Amino acid sequence: MNITINGKETAIPENPDRTIDSLLEELDVSQRLYVTVELNGEILEREAFGTTPVNGGDVIEFLYFMGGGR
Amino acid sequence: MLTEEQIERYSRHIILKEVGGKGQQRLFDGRVLIIGAGGLGAPIALYLAAAGVGAIGIADADDVDLSNLQRQVIHFTPDIGKPKVESAREKMEAINPDVKVRTYKEWVSAANIGAIIADYDFIIDGTDNFAAKFLINDACVLARKPYSHGGILQFDGQTMTVRPGESACYRCIFPEPPPKDAIPTCSQAGVIGVLPGVLGTIQATEAIKFLLGKGDLLTNRLLTYSALRMRFREIPLKRNTACPVCGDNPTITEVRDELDALTVCDLKAP
Ligand SMILES: [Zn+2]
Repeated sequence: MNITINGKETAIPENPDRTIDSLLEELDVSQRLYVTVELNGEILEREAFGTTPVNGGDVIEFLYFMGGGR
Repeated sequence: MLTEEQIERYSRHIILKEVGGKGQQRLFDGRVLIIGAGGLGAPIALYLAAAGVGAIGIADADDVDLSNLQRQVIHFTPDIGKPKVESAREKMEAINPDVKVRTYKEWVSAANIGAIIADYDFIIDGTDNFAAKFLINDACVLARKPYSHGGILQFDGQTMTVRPGESACYRCIFPEPPPKDAIPTCSQAGVIGVLPGVLGTIQATEAIKFLLGKGDLLTNRLLTYSALRMRFREIPLKRNTACPVCGDNPTITEVRDELDALTVCDLKAP
C-alpha cells in the first residue's frame, strides 16, 4: 500500500498490525523517541502511537527537534 | 517625518508599493527583540538595522569566540573576547545610525524574560537550546507577543511564526523539550556556516512584514529547509487543542525554566 511520508509517496508492504510506533521502527526514523508525528493534518499524541493503525493513503509528517541557532 | 537623507537611504524600500513612506515610518516606529546574537541573530540584526527598524533589542550573555566566526557574520576577528551584544551593536550602528540598539548581556530566564519582551512588538528566537526555545514560546504566548521561531542543525533548518491565540505555537507541535541525556552537544553536531544566514534572513523578513502589516506571515506552517537537498518544504499545522500553553486547558500558566533541557543543544540530524 501507499502512504505519503514527509511529502513523498512511499510504498510499504501490507501489514494489518502496523501502528505508528511500528512504522517508526520499520522506517528507522531518526529521533524516534522524540519525533512528533502529524497524521492526516492532526498532531498525534505520543500515547496513541502504539494503538494508531497506519492505513493506505495516510499522509504522515515527521517533525524533528532542531535546537541550534547560535 | 523622514529626512531627505533617510528618503535616499530607504529609497529602494519607499519605491515598493507595499512599503512607501508610510511603511518606512512603520519600520521606524517598530520595536523588535532578537534573542541570541549568534548564527541566526547575526543576519537578523544586520538586516533589521539596515532596514531601519527603529528600536532593536539584542540579548546574549556570551562573548565572541573564534569558533563563532565561521557563521556569525556580525562578529569580526578583532571582536574575539568582546561581549556579543556589544560587537553586534557596533555593526548595527555603523550600518545605520538611525537605529536605536538596546543590549541585554544576559541569558533569558523565567525571572527576566517577561520584563525584556514587554518593550517589543515582535520577538525573534535565535537561541541554540531547547530551554530558551520553550521559554520564549511560553513567554510570548502568555504575553500575546508575536514571535518567530528558528532552529538549525547541521544542514537543516526550520522556522515558523507564532501569533499567540491565533496560530499554532511551538508547543502545539512539541509539547515538551527532549530529555537532555539523549542528546549530543552543538559542537559535536556541527552546522554548515551558511545555514543560519538562510533561516535568519527568513525570520527577519517575518518581522519586517509584521511591522508593515503586509503579506502572509509564516503562521500555521512549519517551513523546513534542507541545504544538502536544496529543498524547502512547508508542513501545514493548526493549533493543538491539547497544547499545554495555548490549548483549551493549559497546564502552563506562567513562565518556568525547563531545567531538564538547559544544556540541550542539538540532536542527531533527521
Ligand atoms: Zn500551542
